Amino acid sequence: MSDKSREAEVQPEPAPQQTARPEAGEEPSRWGQAARDIVGGSAMISVLSVIIALAVGAVLIAWTDERVQETAAYFFARPGDTFAAIWEAVAGAYSALFQGSVYNFRREGFAAGIRPLTETLTFATPLIAAGLGVGVAFRVGMFNIGGRGQMLVAAAAAGWVGFALELPAVLHVAVAVLAGMVAGAIWGGIAGLLKARTGAHEVITTIMLNFVALYFVAYLLRTPGALQAPGSNNPKTPPMQETAILPDLLGPNYNLHFGFILVIAATVFVWWLMNRSSLGFQFRAVGENPHAARVAGMPVKMIYVYAMLFAGGFAGLAGVNQVLGTVTTGFGQGIDAGIGFDAITVALLGRSRPWGIFAAGILFGAFKAGGFSMQAAEGVPVDIVVVVQSLIVLFIAAPPLVRAIFRLPTPGAAPRRTLTPKEVAAK
Amino acid sequence: MSTETTAPATAGSAPEKTVITSWKAPIALGVFALLAVVLFVFTPRPADTSTFRLSTPSDVIQLPEIVLPTHATGIVMTVLLVALSAYSAWLVWQKRRVPLWLIVVFAVLFLIAFLAWAGAGASIPIYGLLIGTVSLSVPLIFGALGGVISERVGVVNIAIEGQLLAGAFASAVIASITGNPYVGLIGAAVAGVLVSFVLAAFAIKYFVDQIIVGVVLNVLVIGLTSFLFSQVLTENTELLNRPPRFEQIAIPILSEIPVIGPMLFRQSIIVYAMYVAVFLVWFGLFHTRWGLRLRAVGEHPQAADTVGIKVTTLRFWNVSLAGAIAGFGGAYFTLGSVGAFNKEMTAGMGFIALAAVIFGRWDPIRATLAALLFGFASNIQNVLGIIGSPVPSEFMLMVPYVVTIFAVAGLVGVSRPPAANGTPYIKS
Repeated sequence: MSDKSREAEVQPEPAPQQTARPEAGEEPSRWGQAARDIVGGSAMISVLSVIIALAVGAVLIAWTDERVQETAAYFFARPGDTFAAIWEAVAGAYSALFQGSVYNFRREGFAAGIRPLTETLTFATPLIAAGLGVGVAFRVGMFNIGGRGQMLVAAAAAGWVGFALELPAVLHVAVAVLAGMVAGAIWGGIAGLLKARTGAHEVITTIMLNFVALYFVAYLLRTPGALQAPGSNNPKTPPMQETAILPDLLGPNYNLHFGFILVIAATVFVWWLMNRSSLGFQFRAVGENPHAARVAGMPVKMIYVYAMLFAGGFAGLAGVNQVLGTVTTGFGQGIDAGIGFDAITVALLGRSRPWGIFAAGILFGAFKAGGFSMQAAEGVPVDIVVVVQSLIVLFIAAPPLVRAIFRLPTPGAAPRRTLTPKEVAAK
Repeated sequence: MSTETTAPATAGSAPEKTVITSWKAPIALGVFALLAVVLFVFTPRPADTSTFRLSTPSDVIQLPEIVLPTHATGIVMTVLLVALSAYSAWLVWQKRRVPLWLIVVFAVLFLIAFLAWAGAGASIPIYGLLIGTVSLSVPLIFGALGGVISERVGVVNIAIEGQLLAGAFASAVIASITGNPYVGLIGAAVAGVLVSFVLAAFAIKYFVDQIIVGVVLNVLVIGLTSFLFSQVLTENTELLNRPPRFEQIAIPILSEIPVIGPMLFRQSIIVYAMYVAVFLVWFGLFHTRWGLRLRAVGEHPQAADTVGIKVTTLRFWNVSLAGAIAGFGGAYFTLGSVGAFNKEMTAGMGFIALAAVIFGRWDPIRATLAALLFGFASNIQNVLGIIGSPVPSEFMLMVPYVVTIFAVAGLVGVSRPPAANGTPYIKS
């Protein structure tokens, strides 16, 4: 996909500087142009995509709501009832979503009210880490669907260090985190190595490695002496030792843990790696055009391996966060909680930029946190969140569609330009 | 999809060499031969004999059971396997190709040895192994056919999973409401087409990266069906999620052929539809004008456009057709095997179908064989789980995926996708 997809991305958007030159007399004012760029630009597209996706979600909620269906039966007699029911269903669901993810007004005091926001950040932590893993690979023109496998292997490694080894307090956490990241990196590196050595497509190998990891970890989890808790028949590990647990950031009342700091550090690191380091430059060059990069003397194949090592390492960090931060009482097979796949949408939404992924991760974390409380409060299944998330990414990936829906101008394009005689002749 | 071809690991770089040889095959065979030595020769089993049962109790023609001495079989087969690996190494040494038959024979021998070893002391129902293989492969084959058509026309179809799931959902609901499984089957195809419409619109009209659309569509369909399942289906199970299932139809005479009769001709109508679909797709792709145009668009859209083929239209409708076929396969989950829709019931089958497409090198017949191989590998685990296997079931479950990794890493040679696969066609 590498070079061709870039081509596709670049194609529909003309270079903005060319039309913004002041020399053309009848061009609009600079402020007018700026306004058009903001309204039609990518930030606006992102916001509008979220709005459309929420609107579609609202339609689904209203359509499947029982009260709405009841009132719709006598819609032509009393349409007001239907609209009231629709409003109640949608507003109830989305306000529960908000109160579950940002601030709960029903709680007493700020400390209790703000708890949902910390939940959001807790949910966002592994999403950002795994999203960075997918994003780094994207920048190199590779598609890492293997987040799930990388997370599972990392969780197994970190978990084993976490409950089986006896180490001093700070060292134990550090060793466990490192072990997980290294395990994830190795799992990702296999896919990179296969691509470099044999040309095997990473989409296939990472998917397959997901399943291999899933069954391998399942085997370890039910084997006494490997990961299974002693004296238990459940496929579950013993709880992590106190010394291996990532400390709480805001005290025991909140779930937010030190993993969030690690993820911020990882984001800064990826920013530095991609934008300031020589390796990152090679990553981007290979991602833009592997053939040109090879001609320029870059070791393209090794870059694939390095990229997948990093990608696996970050996905591994997500797995580590799960076992040492969020679920410290021992974990089972479902520890990855679908984060490996959510990470793909996070990376797409964040456009593979480190801080974009950070923001996208927090948004999706909010959806996750809010989705559960929405299900509890309003009885709307949490799956609606998945629908909204995927729609957001789908719309963001197609800016022309969003512009068409809202009749926005294309950024850079001048408004209703009169054709010069040459262009008329060309047509 | 990357169009980068596998770099041939030639031993010498003399320019007059025309045959590209690779050490991948001998290395892979060597690994398996080593595994055979460790397992079949040096890991003895408690029982002495292995029994293979070839006929179902209800068959007209009963074949005798085959009883093999376990350890001796293991040793003989291992010797053969080692010999085959050595022969393949010699071939590569002589700068000759490793023929496909060698790999097939190797696989069959390994399998016989493995079954004899794993099923020592028990009687292994070969017919059960084969019947289950076909059943498990049905959705894979439909999905793979959809994938082949879509990718041959130049649109990467990662959304097979979504198409299967949408088909499964729609067929369950529609068949339950109408009480007619055939209507459900049509509903499944329509649902697959709807998913394809989105894929086609975004990939062909808006030039969005096809892999991205595919992945997001999978998530979208999983979310939508799960939402509707929890919100609507669970409350009205009787009305909406109790579809009638297809009966098994035994074809007279043919179904009495020993071993392959029950496997191929004692199945439900979806399976028979699958045979027809495989043939039609193969015939259509390689022997009709439609297939020629389709392949031309997938290989070189500019050239196809030059001779007057409408690239965009052709792509759009063929991606839709691919969705219909994959959706059809989804119906098998609800109308053929399970009998009710459940959340995420396709469980990654679409991705395995995708692997079958690549394993089968974008050829409908080979992709079908690859899908059968995956079905077989998953079914071995089921059968061995019943008779009690020395290998942990998780490792057996891994087999299809490990085989795929070996396969795409070049055991079966370079797999080259259609040249324009994944590239949007922008008419200039």
